[in-house]
Amino acid sequence: GQSPRLFLQRERERAMAKRSLEQHDALIAVIGDEDTVTGMLLAGIGNVDARRSSNFFVVDSKTTPGQIEEVFTRFTTRNDVAVVLINQYIATMIRPLIDAYESTAPAILEIPSKEHPYDPEKDAIHRRTKLLLGIRDQ
Amino acid sequence: FRIKMSTGILPSRMNLQLFKIKAVSAKKGFDLLKKKADALKKAFRGILQKIVESKACIGEDYNEAMLGLAEATFAAGDFSRAVVDHVKKKTPVRLTVHSDNIAGVHLPIFTLRHEEDNSDDNSLLGLTGGGTAINKAREKFTKFLKVLVTVASLQTQFVTLDQVIKVTNRRVNALEFVLIPKIKFTIDYIDKELDEESREDFFRLKKVVEAKKQRQAEKYANNDNKGKQDNENAEEEVMVEEQDAFDDDDEDVFI
Repeated sequence: GQSPRLFLQRERERAMAKRSLEQHDALIAVIGDEDTVTGMLLAGIGNVDARRSSNFFVVDSKTTPGQIEEVFTRFTTRNDVAVVLINQYIATMIRPLIDAYESTAPAILEIPSKEHPYDPEKDAIHRRTKLLLGIRDQ
Repeated sequence: FRIKMSTGILPSRMNLQLFKIKAVSAKKGFDLLKKKADALKKAFRGILQKIVESKACIGEDYNEAMLGLAEATFAAGDFSRAVVDHVKKKTPVRLTVHSDNIAGVHLPIFTLRHEEDNSDDNSLLGLTGGGTAINKAREKFTKFLKVLVTVASLQTQFVTLDQVIKVTNRRVNALEFVLIPKIKFTIDYIDKELDEESREDFFRLKKVVEAKKQRQAEKYANNDNKGKQDNENAEEEVMVEEQDAFDDDDEDVFI
């Protein structure tokens, strides 16, 4: 049978995992074009911390994919950010980085933009679900 | 493909019992895990369905919000700079992350929290004109945000559940294709060895008894003048001895 010590250790791990999920003031970060970011800030998600680093980033015609990748990595490694919103056309610019993203936190959500309405075919999650539906339905 | 099964187990009766018990608990564990995997799969499909539904709302709410923004910009001019400048440390809109127990797994669930911001910074925005339009835009974006948070929540649950399902399936397969066959193989092996042992014992016994019979027969053949009666006695004695041979405390029988 199982030793009681092992059982207690697993219980402790489970409690810790549960607690680590709990957060009370997580931020929503946004990487988008000017309109998207303005709208989101208007809704009140904007945050600037003591070191003047923010949770939003405006992408314009002069922004390079490298800069976007850097911001993406910065947002996803912060532990106070629970969701990262990103316009789909921007996500496509850093598609390899997004497809390689396997962590469960923060959640990456692709949203449409003015010039590029939502295309489910390009959405990373959607493509995975299509693949999974093919395999999971045993 | 064949897994290399080692036969390093001592084939004793005690081990046979041990491994039979192991087989039973392995089967029980396997059944439980299978049930868990099925429940997880069901929950998974449910979440998938909800994601598809929610994502369908995104496009619409987004367009609404963008329209509102365009109207507000038309009414109040370009206020994007002003909005950026007004971002502070104290963010009014945040997320609460709860952990929810779905099908035995702790999955995160996001809820939008709105703290009442008593400062007037935001309401300064539309003072020169278009304040109402800006407020309308803000409302539409908040609505859009709500939908987004729901989808993000579902998406995170989806990805977490996916990982858990993978782990559980791996364990189910490990049990089904490695552990249980291994135990079964060991049980068969011990069984075979025990049978072989008892057959060997029986055979050895028979051999020894036959040898004894032979010796007895030769002994009485030498004393032929004793007559047939003695032979019959001898045969009875040998018969009795044969039966005695099967007793464990017969010291003439070497095992």
